[in-house]
Amino acid sequence: MATVVLPETAEPTVTIGLSPGRIAWRRFKRNRTGVFCFFVSATFFIIAATAPLISLAYGKNAHERYGYRLLDASGYPPPPTGGMSPEFWLGIEPGLGRDVFMQLVFGIRTSLAIALIATVGLMLIGITVGIAAGYLGGRTDYWAGRVIDVLLAFPSQLMLIALVPVVDSMLVGPEEATPTWLRFATLCIVLTALGWAGSARILRSQVLSLREREFVEAAKVSGASPARIIFREILPNLWSPIIVLATWQLPILVGVEAGLGFLGVGLGPDVPDWGRMFLEGVQYYHLDFPYLLWPGLAMLIFIVCFNLMGDAIRDALDPKTKGL
Amino acid sequence: MAEPLLQLTELTKHFPLKRRRVVVHAVDGISLSIGEHESLGLVGESGCGKSTAGRLVARLQEPTSGTVSYRGQDISHWSRRRMRPIRSEIQMIFQDPYASLNPRHTVGTIIGGPMEVNGLRPTERGIKELLEIVGLNPEHYNRFPHEFSGGQRQRIGVARALALKPRLIVADEPVSALDVSIQAQVVNLLQRLRREMGIAFLFIAHDLAVVRHFSQRVAVMYLGKIVEIGDRDSLYERPRHPYTHALLSAVPDPDPDTPRRERIRLAGDVPSPVNPPSGCRFRTRCWKARDRCALEEPPLVRLGGNAEGHLTACHFPEAPTTHGSDVVLDPALS
Ligand SMILES: Nc1ncnc2c1ncn2[C@@H]1O[C@H](COP(=O)(O)OP(=O)(O)OP(=O)(O)O)[C@@H](O)[C@H]1O
Ligand SMILES: [Mg+2]
Repeated sequence: MATVVLPETAEPTVTIGLSPGRIAWRRFKRNRTGVFCFFVSATFFIIAATAPLISLAYGKNAHERYGYRLLDASGYPPPPTGGMSPEFWLGIEPGLGRDVFMQLVFGIRTSLAIALIATVGLMLIGITVGIAAGYLGGRTDYWAGRVIDVLLAFPSQLMLIALVPVVDSMLVGPEEATPTWLRFATLCIVLTALGWAGSARILRSQVLSLREREFVEAAKVSGASPARIIFREILPNLWSPIIVLATWQLPILVGVEAGLGFLGVGLGPDVPDWGRMFLEGVQYYHLDFPYLLWPGLAMLIFIVCFNLMGDAIRDALDPKTKGL
Repeated sequence: MAEPLLQLTELTKHFPLKRRRVVVHAVDGISLSIGEHESLGLVGESGCGKSTAGRLVARLQEPTSGTVSYRGQDISHWSRRRMRPIRSEIQMIFQDPYASLNPRHTVGTIIGGPMEVNGLRPTERGIKELLEIVGLNPEHYNRFPHEFSGGQRQRIGVARALALKPRLIVADEPVSALDVSIQAQVVNLLQRLRREMGIAFLFIAHDLAVVRHFSQRVAVMYLGKIVEIGDRDSLYERPRHPYTHALLSAVPDPDPDTPRRERIRLAGDVPSPVNPPSGCRFRTRCWKARDRCALEEPPLVRLGGNAEGHLTACHFPEAPTTHGSDVVLDPALS
């Protein structure tokens, strides 16, 4: 590690001509925990994005039953390591004999893809509804508010479990098997549809206070159109809450998606899924603890780091935390 | 006199409060006019409806009744599209220099914004010129509002208002939020602009001291009504309405050696604009109030002894000799 702290690295105080966003970024870079957690979280996304390449380099894929012959008569890998070896880095899946490392890598890929798509989707809806309700007010605001109330009052986990089969059957006939991509789409749609209300409510209140600010009135006095006021005056001031909300939503959705897999309404058994690994891990843990340990540890690290990063971002964006 | 630049006629703005089914009488039938190149000061205590009046003039709010005429055209209910040709001519300067500049835009973008909206291409040179006019360093064109002090921010707000070459500026308490030491600088800047560019002003303030240096004519508002309006000298030297008198006595005397200035302390608070007192609205705090004041609303008229254009709404006006000088009757009267 560094042994000498050079004076010029001490405190960058030159902020002339920097936008509030750039200043926040500088502040974020000074937060070591935040930066560390940012890199850890980014690593997860890189793993997810490059899973096929990792598979190539590792020499195995996620569906072949490489380790089947190593399982004992009742289907368990050799204890206590769960079959970990230079060949199977994280061991062998009980029952089917697939490679755990590949299961985990592709499971992370599935979970993060769903969580990311759903986060983007629900933020888009939340931003649209929040701005519409806050800026237009009146009836729009009233009805948006009622819908948000209903959505927030529902126990959303139950709704998810109930809705996934319903949406499935709306898209596919009852006799046909649900294709994997469709189940994937269903999960994204349902998570988005049930998740936007909280962000919409928070953004609405932000818009409500921004709308009354004098710089918006100044734009009106110059004759600016509502579209210009929304996109040029209000939206730039919403980026901070949007980033904070998104970084808060994503790990929640990762957890919810895993919960769905755990409850059996996730993706099918042939698709690697972080959540379903838990479901199986819990079934086998007394005889094959590593199979529960690896996905659990990975998720713990991801969620803790992502949340710490979110906190650091919030601190950096909130000018009240530091005098500047 | 030729047609005034701006004419308000019986202008009224009521805010219905839904919850309690009551109405806030923010502005209640005010009439006044502002001539080309003229500056009218609008003075009154907090909550008396000054900002609402200013916002009605700037067409940020729809009047409940009455009219706003700009150069002879009744613009009180014009849509944004219809306002287009004259939008650039009426601009506004706001009270709070911290809320009136978008923190996410550079100074250049802020000042150039109104030009863009009105189809003018903002050039770097044009914006730098504006910054120079308001006394800011043109090189600061790429900086963000948080890098400026309150007074500098207010100058940016002035530059933004000037960007469209307006003929009328509504200045809503432009210096109230600033340090006393900086107030004079900003008022002097506005003064210079008024003289050099011939811009007319509706200058809103909550005390008479600031307005005195800036406006040829002054209107005093109380609870949504104009209680006295007149030329500066006439109003300051010979105030007739007890409320004006009280406001004037609150103005700090620039010369501490003048001993015999009485100070009038107004008793109580301003009544609620939801339920304004009957008759004369000032009667609940007026030391001269009698029965008649509760029954009859005093009309805004020129009283005997007043200069031309000096109108007062009071049944029992003060003698026109308040400040110790002899009654100087308007030459036109004698
Ligand atoms: N949008 C609104 N809805 C309801 N009431 C309002 C609204 N705007 C102003 N009012 C009320 O109208 C009255 C006049 O307000 P206004 O802001 O015009 O006063 P003001 O003279 O500018 O006061 P200040 O010196 O504090 O700025 C106040 O009682 C205020 O509460
Ligand atoms: Mg005001």
